[in-house]
Amino acid sequence: MADVTTPPVFDELAVGEIVAERSFELTRDSLVRYAGASGDFNPIHYRDDVAASVGLPGVLAHGMLTMGFAVQPVVDWAGDPGRVVDYQVRFTRPVVVDPSFGATVTVSAKVGQLDAEARAARVDLTVKLGDDTVLGKAQVRVVLG
Amino acid sequence: MNPELQGRVFPPAEPYLVGREKVREFARAVFATNPINLDVDAAQAAGYADVVAPPTFAVVVQEHTLAQLLAEPDAGIDFARVVHGDQRFTSSRAIVAGDLLTATLTVASVKTLGPHSMVTAESAITDAAGEHVVTAISTLVVRGDE
Repeated sequence: MADVTTPPVFDELAVGEIVAERSFELTRDSLVRYAGASGDFNPIHYRDDVAASVGLPGVLAHGMLTMGFAVQPVVDWAGDPGRVVDYQVRFTRPVVVDPSFGATVTVSAKVGQLDAEARAARVDLTVKLGDDTVLGKAQVRVVLG
Repeated sequence: MNPELQGRVFPPAEPYLVGREKVREFARAVFATNPINLDVDAAQAAGYADVVAPPTFAVVVQEHTLAQLLAEPDAGIDFARVVHGDQRFTSSRAIVAGDLLTATLTVASVKTLGPHSMVTAESAITDAAGEHVVTAISTLVVRGDE
């Protein structure tokens, strides 16, 4: 059986290398599921009338949902969620989720910096809805041992 | 909002017991596919006592402390005007099902930017032994009148 926890080899990494890419298909169901799992029941994430009443262009994905899935390609690359020791994002643009068509968010993860002493990599995420970047300064620190 | 909030330390929130099914539910909701998040055998094979929570799970525990901040009578924060600006998690170790976690909120800074205010809230989360697990840091932007 393959050992799922075998991490990438630190010494083989190079700054600028793309280590993971994935596309996420969000639907209204995804938002309801995240609301229940997280306990964030703000109705702007599932009710069109409430979203419209506060001037939003539509129902939005929870920022924390976007942050939550955007790191998953890095978790799978690292092989173990416990290797992610620091993760930060800035919420720069909302993700509107259409009731019929949903929204497709793409994630690309690139090595931004290597810390040889700690054998840790800073992985920078580019997270986009179409051509628009939705997370800024999205950085994940991964300890590879 | 009230600038005197800066530096305020809140009483620890009620301890939060991390359930195995809650970890799985949260993992599925953030599209996690790693078996260590979902499968006890895979988690134990990797050296953990039980399934491991995704990197952003601490938000569930932090949420209780942010509720304390928003409910603070002298804070002057109108929830309807709050926008989440930044979020960060800095971990000493992963959260694992079975952990009993206690979060303590400190208001790290309050800044004013024109009509808007920015509050940075740091929730330090410790385990039953009192050891640090993760600190969740949120910057909330409170929109003022333009």
